[in-house]
Amino acid sequence: MLYQLKIAFRYLSAGLVQTGLLVLGVAVGVFVFVFMSALIGGLAVYLVNQTVGNIAHVTITAPERTPAVLYGPDEGALVAIEKSNARSAQIRSSAETIRTLRQMQGVSAISEEITGNGFVTRGDIVKPVGIIGVLPDKLSAIADVKSRLIAGSGDLPIGSILIGKTLAEDLGVGPGQSLRLTSDKGVDSALTIAGIFTFGIDRLDARTAYVNLKTARGLLGVKYGVTQIELRLDDLWAAPDFAKRAAAVTGLDATPWTANNTQLLSGLQAQARSGTIIKGFALITIVIGVASALLLSTYRRRSEIGIMRAMGAGKGFVIGVFVLQGALIGLGGGLVGAGLAYLALSPFPPPSEISTGSLPIDIGQGGFGLAIALTLAGAILASILPARTAARVDPVTVISQ
Amino acid sequence: MTADDTLLSTKAITKSYGSGDAAQQVLKGIDLTIEKGSLVALQGRSGSGKSTLLSILGTLLKPSGGSYEMLGTDLVDIPEHALADFRNSHLGFVFQFHHLLPDFTALENVVFPAAVSAGRETLKARRRARELLEQVGLADRVDYRATELSGGQKQRVAIARALMNAPELVLADEPTGNLDRESADQVMDLIDTINGDIGTTFLISTHDEKIAARCHDEIHLDEGQIFDA
Repeated sequence: MLYQLKIAFRYLSAGLVQTGLLVLGVAVGVFVFVFMSALIGGLAVYLVNQTVGNIAHVTITAPERTPAVLYGPDEGALVAIEKSNARSAQIRSSAETIRTLRQMQGVSAISEEITGNGFVTRGDIVKPVGIIGVLPDKLSAIADVKSRLIAGSGDLPIGSILIGKTLAEDLGVGPGQSLRLTSDKGVDSALTIAGIFTFGIDRLDARTAYVNLKTARGLLGVKYGVTQIELRLDDLWAAPDFAKRAAAVTGLDATPWTANNTQLLSGLQAQARSGTIIKGFALITIVIGVASALLLSTYRRRSEIGIMRAMGAGKGFVIGVFVLQGALIGLGGGLVGAGLAYLALSPFPPPSEISTGSLPIDIGQGGFGLAIALTLAGAILASILPARTAARVDPVTVISQ
Repeated sequence: MTADDTLLSTKAITKSYGSGDAAQQVLKGIDLTIEKGSLVALQGRSGSGKSTLLSILGTLLKPSGGSYEMLGTDLVDIPEHALADFRNSHLGFVFQFHHLLPDFTALENVVFPAAVSAGRETLKARRRARELLEQVGLADRVDYRATELSGGQKQRVAIARALMNAPELVLADEPTGNLDRESADQVMDLIDTINGDIGTTFLISTHDEKIAARCHDEIHLDEGQIFDA
């Protein structure tokens, strides 16, 4: 093997320009592979941050109360089941549930909430809002509201309200001013605007209002417990599995974020597939490039191969020489391409810190090791055909030419 | 001649190319015995079957029929890898067009047969290669690439390479055919010296009567048959 490696290296170094171009071609393929991995990965992080960054990874709610059916169709009865709309489902033993959830692995934040709908009124202007009642210290546990404040403060004493930028503009109000909030239970209250936030998503900025949990309790008529518990996880992609476990442990409904974002998920999957196809083409290009270059080398060195065979080199020896050439090209191209990609991608900030319009490059998802390993494997694979062709060279034929 | 003196023997060796009506029989039953330490010229017109016979004796080509034994080993019914090992250990080749590895130095070319069997260039092999190059008068060309040597020098490197594994038989196919008279004489002097000093057997295919005259024995081949051995 050592001697075959020497011959392989000598063959490659004999044609430095040709080998250099070949390695450069492989390096470009590896660069594309790494760049696409970092871009697709970065895009996914960016999109998820933008869309999921401000929502719960798992939401725990009380199960819907379905009336018990006393007579079934088999007994000749016509059964009509109506959903109970008398009052919203509540998690009455919320403290115990939170204790249980907190003990589960992978939970990074928990916030108990009372949610409902209502209208804000300012003069003649009436706007619908989604009311979220939270504990003041949990205001930023799920969505980082405090960092999104553009006016006022994030303190949320009883009798105060935080509203979005669009809603504030529609109502023409600012911090310190008051407005009237009427819940869908018919309870209304005059609240002081504590602050104004923006998530950069118009739907949220126009329709969301945060109030103190105690304020929400009165407005929405929830005397005990809460209506939902929201959780953030260390790994947001673990949400579906976590939700199953949480439902089993608490006996409540647990909805992962993925259940309500199927379009985003399918978009991310399509994006990942596109990236895989492009990376696949890059690898195929590498394989074809290496195979054709080595086939050419096989033809050019036929007489040398013949003489090697005459000197007692077996077919395995010749195959080894050409496979090692492929491996050296793959390794060299892989390392050069990965190195260039690292240098080119390093200046990009992480996707979580980029400004609008910048390329979301996540260098951590560049797959450098995978790119080198796949290139090496691809180059070895590509060299097998030329190597077998070389091993089949008939010494008598080529020596007599 | 005793059995101990016999290096190789063939019986009724035939070789045909093609099949059916298009079959062309190149060798038509060659019976041949070569003694150890001999210097034999193989002569014949172009197309008489010299190169084919050399290829068969060099185990590069399988005969269509007959038997071939060298050093007590049957070389007709032997697996390919064993044949390659046998070739590496017991046979050396010198061709009309030297066929050196152009990207390797003279020393590396000479070491090649030993490195193939050892899997690496050992110090011992490099030392022997250097000695052989000194023996063929190329001590000052050890690190020259094959492409930097003259035709005569290349052929002397090829002879040194053929001797690297101390083979019992060196097959030389027109070794001086591509050289001027002076270089041809030098190469022949070298072969003569090695044959005399070391006892390596040479079978030299040649058209050159002067070269043939310097050999101890001659084999004449015509239309695939030996007619005067």
